[in-house]
Amino acid sequence: MRSKAIGAALLGVGAIALTLSFTGLGSAQDGSNTNSSTSAAEIERYRKMIDDPMANPGFLNVDRGEALWSEARGEKNVSLETCDLGEGPGVLDGAYAKLPRYFKDADQVMDLEQRLLWCMEKVQAFDTKGIRAKPFSGPGRGSDMEDLVAFIANKSSGMKIEAPLAHPKEKELYEIGEALFFRRSAVMDFSCATCHGAANKRIRTTDLPQFDVPNKSAQASMGSWPTYRVSQSATRTMQHRLWDCYRQMRMPAPGYGSEAVTAITLYLNKNAEGGELKVPSIKR
Amino acid sequence: MKNLIIGLVALALAAPALAADSVSSVDAARVEKTVTSSFTNLPEGWDDRLKMDEAQRICTETRNQPSEQQADKIVEAEKAKVKMPDDGKVLGDWKAGEKVAQNGRGFQFSDPAGTEAGGNCYACHQLDPKETSYGTLGPSLKGYGKTFKFTDEAAKATYAKIFDAQAVLACSNMPRFGTNHVLNEKQMKDVTAYLFDPESPVNK
Repeated sequence: MRSKAIGAALLGVGAIALTLSFTGLGSAQDGSNTNSSTSAAEIERYRKMIDDPMANPGFLNVDRGEALWSEARGEKNVSLETCDLGEGPGVLDGAYAKLPRYFKDADQVMDLEQRLLWCMEKVQAFDTKGIRAKPFSGPGRGSDMEDLVAFIANKSSGMKIEAPLAHPKEKELYEIGEALFFRRSAVMDFSCATCHGAANKRIRTTDLPQFDVPNKSAQASMGSWPTYRVSQSATRTMQHRLWDCYRQMRMPAPGYGSEAVTAITLYLNKNAEGGELKVPSIKR
Repeated sequence: MKNLIIGLVALALAAPALAADSVSSVDAARVEKTVTSSFTNLPEGWDDRLKMDEAQRICTETRNQPSEQQADKIVEAEKAKVKMPDDGKVLGDWKAGEKVAQNGRGFQFSDPAGTEAGGNCYACHQLDPKETSYGTLGPSLKGYGKTFKFTDEAAKATYAKIFDAQAVLACSNMPRFGTNHVLNEKQMKDVTAYLFDPESPVNK
Protein backbone atom coordinates (compact mmCIF):
# COMPACT_ATOMS: atom_id res chain seq x y z
CA MET A 1 0.00 0.00 0.00
CA ARG A 2 1.43 3.29 -1.12
CA SER A 3 0.93 6.00 1.47
CA LYS A 4 -1.41 8.85 0.65
CA ALA A 5 1.18 11.45 1.65
CA ILE A 6 3.72 10.06 -0.80
CA GLY A 7 1.04 9.86 -3.46
CA ALA A 8 0.15 13.52 -3.00
CA ALA A 9 3.80 14.59 -3.11
CA LEU A 10 4.32 12.61 -6.28
CA LEU A 11 1.28 14.21 -7.82
CA GLY A 12 3.01 17.55 -7.39
CA VAL A 13 6.10 16.28 -9.20
CA GLY A 14 3.86 14.99 -11.97
CA ALA A 15 2.22 18.38 -12.37
CA ILE A 16 5.61 20.07 -12.81
CA ALA A 17 6.66 17.49 -15.38
CA LEU A 18 3.44 18.00 -17.32
CA THR A 19 3.80 21.76 -17.32
CA LEU A 20 7.30 21.44 -18.73
CA SER A 21 6.27 18.99 -21.39
CA PHE A 22 3.31 21.04 -22.53
CA THR A 23 5.65 23.99 -22.94
CA GLY A 24 7.93 21.81 -25.05
CA LEU A 25 5.06 20.70 -27.25
CA GLY A 26 3.73 24.22 -27.63
CA SER A 27 7.00 25.62 -28.87
CA ALA A 28 7.35 22.78 -31.36
CA GLN A 29 3.96 23.47 -32.88
CA ASP A 30 4.22 27.23 -32.89
CA GLY A 31 7.44 27.29 -34.86
CA SER A 32 6.78 27.72 -38.57
CA ASN A 33 9.95 25.92 -39.62
CA THR A 34 9.21 22.69 -37.76
CA ASN A 35 8.21 19.53 -39.55
CA SER A 36 6.36 16.36 -38.62
CA SER A 37 9.50 14.51 -37.58
CA THR A 38 10.19 17.22 -34.99
CA SER A 39 6.68 16.97 -33.59
CA ALA A 40 6.95 13.17 -33.52
CA ALA A 41 10.17 13.52 -31.54
CA GLU A 42 8.50 16.03 -29.20
CA ILE A 43 5.60 13.67 -28.62
CA GLU A 44 8.03 10.85 -27.86
CA ARG A 45 9.89 13.13 -25.44
CA TYR A 46 6.59 14.02 -23.76
CA ARG A 47 5.67 10.34 -23.48
CA LYS A 48 8.97 9.48 -21.83
CA MET A 49 8.62 12.41 -19.47
CA ILE A 50 5.20 11.39 -18.17
CA ASP A 51 5.96 7.66 -18.15
CA ASP A 52 7.03 7.66 -14.52
CA PRO A 53 5.07 5.29 -12.25
CA MET A 54 6.17 7.32 -9.21
CA ALA A 55 4.38 10.38 -10.59
CA ASN A 56 1.34 8.63 -12.02
CA PRO A 57 -1.96 9.79 -10.44
CA GLY A 58 -3.44 6.45 -11.54
CA PHE A 59 -1.89 4.99 -8.40
CA LEU A 60 -4.27 7.09 -6.33
CA ASN A 61 -7.06 5.05 -7.99
CA VAL A 62 -5.14 1.89 -7.02
CA ASP A 63 -5.19 2.99 -3.38
CA ARG A 64 -8.87 3.88 -3.45
CA GLY A 65 -9.67 0.60 -5.20
CA GLU A 66 -7.83 -1.37 -2.53
CA ALA A 67 -9.92 0.27 0.19
CA LEU A 68 -13.13 -0.25 -1.78
CA TRP A 69 -12.37 -3.93 -2.39
CA SER A 70 -12.38 -4.64 1.35
CA GLU A 71 -15.21 -2.27 2.30
CA ALA A 72 -18.48 -3.85 3.48
CA ARG A 73 -21.27 -2.59 1.20
CA GLY A 74 -24.66 -3.55 -0.22
CA GLU A 75 -27.67 -5.10 1.50
CA LYS A 76 -25.53 -7.99 2.68
CA ASN A 77 -23.00 -5.56 4.16
CA VAL A 78 -19.99 -7.60 3.06
CA SER A 79 -16.84 -6.80 1.10
CA LEU A 80 -15.91 -8.01 -2.39
CA GLU A 81 -13.12 -10.14 -0.93
CA THR A 82 -14.87 -13.42 -1.76
CA CYS A 83 -15.49 -12.36 -5.38
CA ASP A 84 -14.09 -14.89 -7.86
CA LEU A 85 -12.37 -13.10 -10.74
CA GLY A 86 -11.52 -16.39 -12.40
CA GLU A 87 -8.55 -17.54 -10.32
CA GLY A 88 -10.62 -18.49 -7.27
CA PRO A 89 -12.49 -16.48 -4.61
CA GLY A 90 -10.51 -13.43 -3.58
CA VAL A 91 -7.49 -14.27 -5.76
CA LEU A 92 -6.30 -11.06 -7.40
CA ASP A 93 -2.77 -11.87 -8.59
CA GLY A 94 -2.86 -12.53 -12.33
CA ALA A 95 -6.66 -12.38 -12.59
CA TYR A 96 -6.79 -9.33 -14.90
CA ALA A 97 -4.22 -10.82 -17.30
CA LYS A 98 -6.69 -13.61 -18.15
CA LEU A 99 -9.84 -11.51 -18.54
CA PRO A 100 -12.25 -11.55 -20.35
CA ARG A 101 -12.92 -15.25 -19.62
CA TYR A 102 -15.80 -17.69 -19.16
CA PHE A 103 -17.49 -17.88 -15.75
CA LYS A 104 -19.48 -21.02 -15.05
CA ASP A 105 -21.68 -19.46 -12.34
CA ALA A 106 -22.87 -16.77 -14.78
CA ASP A 107 -22.60 -19.04 -17.85
CA GLN A 108 -21.10 -16.06 -19.64
CA VAL A 109 -17.79 -14.63 -20.81
CA MET A 110 -17.10 -11.49 -18.78
CA ASP A 111 -14.49 -8.78 -18.71
CA LEU A 112 -13.31 -7.38 -15.37
CA GLU A 113 -15.93 -4.64 -15.28
CA GLN A 114 -18.84 -6.99 -16.01
CA ARG A 115 -17.51 -9.41 -13.41
CA LEU A 116 -17.21 -6.70 -10.77
CA LEU A 117 -20.82 -5.65 -11.39
CA TRP A 118 -21.83 -9.31 -11.12
CA CYS A 119 -19.98 -9.68 -7.79
CA MET A 120 -21.45 -6.45 -6.43
CA GLU A 121 -24.92 -7.76 -7.21
CA LYS A 122 -24.47 -11.40 -6.18
CA VAL A 123 -21.96 -11.15 -3.33
CA GLN A 124 -22.92 -7.80 -1.81
CA ALA A 125 -26.50 -7.33 -3.05
CA PHE A 126 -25.29 -3.85 -3.98
CA ASP A 127 -27.57 -1.77 -6.21
CA THR A 128 -25.49 -1.17 -9.36
CA LYS A 129 -28.07 1.02 -11.10
CA GLY A 130 -26.14 4.22 -10.37
CA ILE A 131 -22.86 2.73 -11.60
CA ARG A 132 -24.43 1.41 -14.80
CA ALA A 133 -25.94 4.82 -15.52
CA LYS A 134 -22.70 6.76 -14.86
CA PRO A 135 -19.79 4.30 -14.87
CA PHE A 136 -17.02 6.78 -15.72
CA SER A 137 -15.66 9.60 -13.60
CA GLY A 138 -16.26 13.22 -14.58
CA PRO A 139 -15.54 16.66 -13.17
CA GLY A 140 -16.17 16.45 -9.42
CA ARG A 141 -17.34 12.85 -9.61
CA GLY A 142 -15.21 9.77 -8.94
CA SER A 143 -15.80 6.27 -10.26
CA ASP A 144 -15.84 3.11 -8.15
CA MET A 145 -15.15 1.12 -11.29
CA GLU A 146 -12.06 3.11 -12.27
CA ASP A 147 -10.72 2.65 -8.71
CA LEU A 148 -11.43 -1.10 -8.55
CA VAL A 149 -10.09 -1.77 -12.05
CA ALA A 150 -6.88 0.17 -11.34
CA PHE A 151 -6.33 -1.81 -8.12
CA ILE A 152 -7.11 -5.24 -9.59
CA ALA A 153 -5.28 -4.68 -12.90
CA ASN A 154 -2.21 -3.51 -10.97
CA LYS A 155 -2.13 -6.99 -9.37
CA SER A 156 -1.35 -8.32 -12.88
CA SER A 157 1.28 -5.71 -13.67
CA GLY A 158 4.42 -7.38 -15.00
CA MET A 159 2.42 -10.41 -16.18
CA LYS A 160 1.58 -11.35 -19.75
CA ILE A 161 -1.83 -11.07 -21.44
CA GLU A 162 -3.45 -14.47 -21.95
CA ALA A 163 -6.43 -15.36 -24.12
CA PRO A 164 -6.37 -19.15 -24.63
CA LEU A 165 -10.04 -19.31 -25.77
CA ALA A 166 -10.29 -22.77 -24.21
CA HIS A 167 -14.04 -22.65 -23.56
CA PRO A 168 -16.45 -22.79 -26.56
CA LYS A 169 -18.17 -19.62 -25.35
CA GLU A 170 -14.83 -17.82 -25.32
CA LYS A 171 -14.20 -18.98 -28.87
CA GLU A 172 -17.67 -17.83 -29.93
CA LEU A 173 -17.34 -14.40 -28.31
CA TYR A 174 -13.89 -13.97 -29.86
CA GLU A 175 -15.43 -14.63 -33.28
CA ILE A 176 -18.20 -12.13 -32.59
CA GLY A 177 -15.53 -9.62 -31.57
CA GLU A 178 -13.64 -10.27 -34.79
CA ALA A 179 -16.81 -9.76 -36.86
CA LEU A 180 -17.57 -6.52 -34.98
CA PHE A 181 -14.02 -5.30 -35.59
CA PHE A 182 -14.65 -5.37 -39.36
CA ARG A 183 -18.30 -4.25 -39.22
CA ARG A 184 -18.84 -0.95 -41.09
CA SER A 185 -21.79 1.25 -40.21
CA ALA A 186 -23.06 4.74 -39.35
CA VAL A 187 -22.68 7.96 -41.35
CA MET A 188 -18.90 7.70 -41.82
CA ASP A 189 -18.82 3.98 -42.83
CA PHE A 190 -16.20 3.32 -40.14
CA SER A 191 -15.24 0.01 -38.59
CA CYS A 192 -12.48 -0.61 -36.03
CA ALA A 193 -10.39 -1.83 -38.98
CA THR A 194 -10.63 1.56 -40.71
CA CYS A 195 -8.06 2.92 -38.25
CA HIS A 196 -6.54 -0.24 -36.75
CA GLY A 197 -6.22 -2.54 -39.76
CA ALA A 198 -2.73 -1.61 -40.96
CA ALA A 199 0.74 -1.07 -39.50
CA ASN A 200 2.35 2.30 -38.71
CA LYS A 201 -0.61 4.58 -39.41
CA ARG A 202 -1.56 7.79 -37.62
CA ILE A 203 -4.63 9.95 -37.06
CA ARG A 204 -3.25 13.50 -37.00
CA THR A 205 -0.09 12.93 -34.93
CA THR A 206 -1.46 10.02 -32.90
CA ASP A 207 0.11 6.64 -33.66
CA LEU A 208 -2.48 3.92 -34.19
CA PRO A 209 -1.91 0.39 -32.90
CA GLN A 210 -2.72 -2.37 -35.39
CA PHE A 211 -5.19 -4.93 -34.08
CA ASP A 212 -6.18 -7.23 -36.95
CA VAL A 213 -3.12 -9.48 -36.58
CA PRO A 214 -0.94 -10.39 -33.59
CA ASN A 215 1.84 -7.80 -33.30
CA LYS A 216 3.88 -5.68 -30.90
CA SER A 217 1.81 -2.51 -31.26
CA ALA A 218 -1.28 -4.45 -30.12
CA GLN A 219 0.68 -5.88 -27.20
CA ALA A 220 1.95 -2.47 -26.13
CA SER A 221 -1.52 -0.94 -26.37
CA MET A 222 -3.48 -3.64 -24.56
CA GLY A 223 -0.70 -3.91 -21.97
CA SER A 224 -1.23 -0.23 -21.10
CA TRP A 225 -4.90 -0.28 -20.00
CA PRO A 226 -6.17 0.91 -17.55
CA THR A 227 -4.33 4.17 -17.97
CA TYR A 228 -4.28 7.63 -16.44
CA ARG A 229 -5.30 10.06 -19.22
CA VAL A 230 -3.61 13.39 -18.57
CA SER A 231 -5.94 15.18 -21.02
CA GLN A 232 -8.97 13.90 -19.10
CA SER A 233 -7.49 14.00 -15.58
CA ALA A 234 -8.89 10.52 -15.03
CA THR A 235 -7.95 6.86 -15.00
CA ARG A 236 -9.72 5.16 -17.88
CA THR A 237 -10.60 1.50 -18.38
CA MET A 238 -10.99 -0.60 -21.55
CA GLN A 239 -14.78 -0.14 -21.34
CA HIS A 240 -14.19 3.62 -21.57
CA ARG A 241 -11.64 3.26 -24.38
CA LEU A 242 -14.06 1.35 -26.59
CA TRP A 243 -16.98 3.63 -25.64
CA ASP A 244 -14.81 6.52 -26.86
CA CYS A 245 -13.87 4.63 -30.05
CA TYR A 246 -17.56 4.16 -30.88
CA ARG A 247 -18.11 7.88 -30.21
CA GLN A 248 -15.45 8.71 -32.79
CA MET A 249 -16.96 6.16 -35.18
CA ARG A 250 -20.22 8.18 -34.97
CA MET A 251 -22.00 5.19 -33.47
CA PRO A 252 -24.31 5.43 -30.46
CA ALA A 253 -22.75 4.78 -27.03
CA PRO A 254 -22.39 1.07 -26.29
CA GLY A 255 -23.94 0.01 -22.98
CA TYR A 256 -21.56 -0.27 -20.04
CA GLY A 257 -20.61 -3.93 -19.66
CA SER A 258 -22.36 -4.81 -22.92
CA GLU A 259 -21.54 -7.94 -24.90
CA ALA A 260 -20.11 -5.97 -27.85
CA VAL A 261 -17.42 -4.32 -25.73
CA THR A 262 -16.35 -7.60 -24.10
CA ALA A 263 -16.32 -9.36 -27.48
CA ILE A 264 -14.04 -6.74 -29.01
CA THR A 265 -11.81 -6.69 -25.91
CA LEU A 266 -11.36 -10.45 -26.22
CA TYR A 267 -10.48 -10.12 -29.91
CA LEU A 268 -7.96 -7.36 -29.16
CA ASN A 269 -6.42 -9.36 -26.30
CA LYS A 270 -5.99 -12.38 -28.56
CA ASN A 271 -3.92 -10.26 -30.95
CA ALA A 272 -2.05 -8.79 -27.97
CA GLU A 273 -1.34 -12.15 -26.31
CA GLY A 274 2.06 -12.32 -24.65
CA GLY A 275 2.17 -8.56 -24.20
CA GLU A 276 3.32 -7.43 -20.76
CA LEU A 277 0.87 -5.50 -18.59
CA LYS A 278 2.32 -2.30 -17.10
CA VAL A 279 -0.68 -0.81 -15.36
CA PRO A 280 -1.99 1.63 -14.56
CA SER A 281 0.01 3.40 -17.23
CA ILE A 282 -0.10 7.11 -18.04
CA LYS A 283 -0.89 8.68 -21.40
CA ARG A 284 -1.69 11.99 -22.96
CA MET B 1 -6.37 14.50 -67.38
CA LYS B 2 -3.91 11.72 -68.14
CA ASN B 3 -2.75 11.77 -64.52
CA LEU B 4 -6.32 11.56 -63.35
CA ILE B 5 -7.04 8.54 -65.53
CA ILE B 6 -3.87 6.83 -64.40
CA GLY B 7 -4.83 7.61 -60.81
CA LEU B 8 -8.30 6.18 -61.19
CA VAL B 9 -7.03 3.06 -62.90
CA ALA B 10 -4.47 2.57 -60.13
CA LEU B 11 -7.21 2.95 -57.54
CA ALA B 12 -9.39 0.43 -59.33
CA LEU B 13 -6.54 -2.07 -59.48
CA ALA B 14 -5.91 -1.60 -55.79
CA ALA B 15 -9.22 -3.36 -55.05
CA PRO B 16 -8.30 -7.05 -55.18
CA ALA B 17 -10.53 -8.92 -57.62
CA LEU B 18 -10.93 -11.90 -55.35
CA ALA B 19 -14.17 -13.80 -55.19
CA ALA B 20 -15.07 -13.78 -51.52
CA ASP B 21 -18.18 -14.52 -49.56
CA SER B 22 -18.36 -13.77 -45.85
CA VAL B 23 -14.96 -14.28 -44.24
CA SER B 24 -16.37 -14.47 -40.75
CA SER B 25 -16.89 -17.88 -39.15
CA VAL B 26 -19.71 -16.73 -36.90
CA ASP B 27 -23.35 -16.43 -37.96
CA ALA B 28 -24.14 -12.88 -39.09
CA ALA B 29 -27.49 -12.94 -37.27
CA ARG B 30 -25.67 -13.74 -34.00
CA VAL B 31 -23.40 -10.72 -34.51
CA GLU B 32 -26.39 -8.47 -35.19
CA LYS B 33 -27.97 -9.74 -31.96
CA THR B 34 -24.88 -8.55 -30.11
CA VAL B 35 -25.19 -5.16 -31.80
CA THR B 36 -28.86 -4.64 -30.98
CA SER B 37 -28.46 -5.83 -27.38
CA SER B 38 -25.34 -3.71 -26.77
CA PHE B 39 -26.44 -0.39 -28.29
CA THR B 40 -29.76 0.25 -26.59
CA ASN B 41 -29.39 3.89 -25.60
CA LEU B 42 -30.16 5.48 -28.97
CA PRO B 43 -30.71 9.21 -29.35
CA GLU B 44 -33.78 10.02 -31.43
CA GLY B 45 -33.25 9.33 -35.10
CA TRP B 46 -30.10 7.24 -34.55
CA ASP B 47 -31.61 3.80 -35.33
CA ASP B 48 -30.06 3.82 -38.80
CA ARG B 49 -26.56 4.14 -37.37
CA LEU B 50 -26.73 0.50 -36.28
CA LYS B 51 -27.96 -0.80 -39.62
CA MET B 52 -25.79 -1.56 -42.62
CA ASP B 53 -26.71 -0.43 -46.11
CA GLU B 54 -25.81 -2.61 -49.09
CA ALA B 55 -22.29 -1.22 -49.56
CA GLN B 56 -21.54 -1.47 -45.84
CA ARG B 57 -22.84 -5.03 -45.71
CA ILE B 58 -20.71 -6.21 -48.65
CA CYS B 59 -17.60 -4.41 -47.36
CA THR B 60 -18.16 -5.88 -43.89
CA GLU B 61 -18.69 -9.42 -45.11
CA THR B 62 -15.70 -9.37 -47.47
CA ARG B 63 -13.48 -7.28 -45.15
CA ASN B 64 -13.16 -4.62 -47.83
CA GLN B 65 -12.14 -7.14 -50.50
CA PRO B 66 -15.28 -7.45 -52.64
CA SER B 67 -15.31 -9.72 -55.65
CA GLU B 68 -15.12 -7.98 -59.02
CA GLN B 69 -18.86 -8.45 -59.43
CA GLN B 70 -19.63 -7.06 -55.95
CA ALA B 71 -17.29 -4.11 -56.55
CA ASP B 72 -19.00 -3.27 -59.84
CA LYS B 73 -22.39 -3.45 -58.14
CA ILE B 74 -21.31 -1.05 -55.39
CA VAL B 75 -19.69 1.44 -57.78
CA GLU B 76 -22.75 1.45 -60.02
CA ALA B 77 -25.17 1.96 -57.11
CA GLU B 78 -23.05 4.70 -55.51
CA LYS B 79 -22.51 6.53 -58.81
CA ALA B 80 -26.27 6.93 -59.07
CA LYS B 81 -26.26 8.70 -55.67
CA VAL B 82 -23.76 11.40 -56.67
CA LYS B 83 -25.48 14.74 -57.27
CA MET B 84 -23.32 17.34 -58.98
CA PRO B 85 -24.11 21.02 -58.20
CA ASP B 86 -26.98 22.46 -60.27
CA ASP B 87 -24.92 25.49 -61.29
CA GLY B 88 -22.19 23.21 -62.66
CA LYS B 89 -19.55 24.90 -60.47
CA VAL B 90 -17.52 22.72 -58.11
CA LEU B 91 -15.02 25.30 -56.84
CA GLY B 92 -16.04 27.31 -53.76
CA ASP B 93 -13.99 29.29 -51.25
CA TRP B 94 -10.69 27.57 -50.35
CA LYS B 95 -10.43 29.45 -47.02
CA ALA B 96 -13.79 28.04 -45.92
CA GLY B 97 -12.64 24.68 -47.27
CA GLU B 98 -9.61 24.75 -45.00
CA LYS B 99 -11.91 25.09 -41.99
CA VAL B 100 -13.94 22.09 -43.14
CA ALA B 101 -10.72 20.10 -43.63
CA GLN B 102 -9.55 20.97 -40.08
CA ASN B 103 -12.90 20.39 -38.35
CA GLY B 104 -13.39 16.93 -36.84
CA ARG B 105 -16.68 17.60 -35.10
CA GLY B 106 -20.16 16.43 -35.94
CA PHE B 107 -22.35 13.33 -35.61
CA GLN B 108 -20.64 12.12 -32.39
CA PHE B 109 -22.88 11.38 -29.41
CA SER B 110 -20.83 13.97 -27.52
CA ASP B 111 -21.62 16.75 -30.03
CA PRO B 112 -24.39 19.17 -29.01
CA ALA B 113 -27.42 19.09 -31.32
CA GLY B 114 -26.92 21.36 -34.32
CA THR B 115 -23.11 21.06 -34.35
CA GLU B 116 -21.87 21.75 -37.87
CA ALA B 117 -19.93 18.73 -39.08
CA GLY B 118 -16.49 18.99 -40.61
CA GLY B 119 -14.79 16.79 -43.15
CA ASN B 120 -11.85 16.08 -40.82
CA CYS B 121 -9.61 15.61 -43.86
CA TYR B 122 -6.45 16.20 -41.80
CA ALA B 123 -7.22 13.16 -39.64
CA CYS B 124 -6.13 10.99 -42.58
CA HIS B 125 -4.47 13.20 -45.24
CA GLN B 126 -1.59 15.61 -45.56
CA LEU B 127 -2.77 18.77 -47.36
CA ASP B 128 -1.10 22.14 -46.59
CA PRO B 129 2.59 21.23 -46.25
CA LYS B 130 2.89 23.73 -43.38
CA GLU B 131 0.33 21.83 -41.30
CA THR B 132 2.37 19.24 -39.34
CA SER B 133 -0.61 17.59 -37.62
CA TYR B 134 -1.91 15.27 -40.32
CA GLY B 135 -2.76 11.58 -40.45
CA THR B 136 -1.47 8.89 -42.77
CA LEU B 137 -4.49 6.61 -43.24
CA GLY B 138 -5.09 8.19 -46.65
CA PRO B 139 -2.59 9.32 -49.28
CA SER B 140 -0.89 12.73 -49.08
CA LEU B 141 -2.85 15.37 -51.02
CA LYS B 142 -0.04 17.94 -50.93
CA GLY B 143 0.03 19.87 -54.23
CA TYR B 144 -3.15 18.08 -55.34
CA GLY B 145 -4.55 20.67 -57.75
CA LYS B 146 -1.13 21.34 -59.23
CA THR B 147 -0.63 17.61 -59.86
CA PHE B 148 -3.86 17.60 -61.85
CA LYS B 149 -2.92 20.78 -63.76
CA PHE B 150 -5.94 22.53 -62.19
CA THR B 151 -8.24 21.14 -64.91
CA ASP B 152 -11.99 21.56 -64.60
CA GLU B 153 -12.47 17.87 -65.35
CA ALA B 154 -10.22 16.78 -62.48
CA ALA B 155 -11.95 19.20 -60.11
CA LYS B 156 -15.34 17.72 -60.99
CA ALA B 157 -14.03 14.17 -60.48
CA THR B 158 -12.68 15.26 -57.09
CA TYR B 159 -16.02 16.78 -56.07
CA ALA B 160 -17.67 13.48 -57.00
CA LYS B 161 -15.05 11.53 -55.03
CA ILE B 162 -15.73 13.64 -51.93
CA PHE B 163 -19.48 13.20 -52.47
CA ASP B 164 -19.18 9.41 -52.63
CA ALA B 165 -15.74 7.76 -52.51
CA GLN B 166 -17.27 4.37 -53.28
CA ALA B 167 -18.61 5.62 -56.59
CA VAL B 168 -14.92 5.51 -57.56
CA LEU B 169 -13.57 2.65 -55.43
CA ALA B 170 -15.79 0.03 -53.80
CA CYS B 171 -15.12 -0.39 -50.06
CA SER B 172 -12.85 2.67 -49.91
CA ASN B 173 -12.05 3.63 -46.32
CA MET B 174 -13.08 7.21 -47.07
CA PRO B 175 -16.53 8.35 -45.89
CA ARG B 176 -19.25 9.12 -48.45
CA PHE B 177 -19.64 12.74 -47.38
CA GLY B 178 -22.42 13.78 -49.76
CA THR B 179 -24.34 10.52 -49.96
CA ASN B 180 -24.50 10.24 -46.16
CA HIS B 181 -25.27 13.98 -45.73
CA VAL B 182 -22.19 14.61 -43.60
CA LEU B 183 -21.22 17.67 -45.67
CA ASN B 184 -23.51 19.94 -47.66
CA GLU B 185 -22.97 21.13 -51.23
CA LYS B 186 -21.27 24.37 -50.21
CA GLN B 187 -18.84 22.59 -47.88
CA MET B 188 -17.90 20.09 -50.58
CA LYS B 189 -17.34 22.91 -53.09
CA ASP B 190 -15.16 24.69 -50.52
CA VAL B 191 -13.07 21.57 -49.89
CA THR B 192 -12.70 21.03 -53.64
CA ALA B 193 -11.44 24.63 -53.88
CA TYR B 194 -9.01 23.97 -51.01
CA LEU B 195 -7.57 21.19 -53.18
CA PHE B 196 -7.80 22.97 -56.55
CA ASP B 197 -7.42 26.72 -56.05
CA PRO B 198 -3.92 27.79 -57.20
CA GLU B 199 -3.95 30.23 -54.24
CA SER B 200 -4.70 27.48 -51.71
CA PRO B 201 -1.74 26.58 -49.43
CA VAL B 202 -2.25 22.97 -50.53
CA ASN B 203 -0.74 23.99 -53.89
CA LYS B 204 2.02 26.23 -52.52
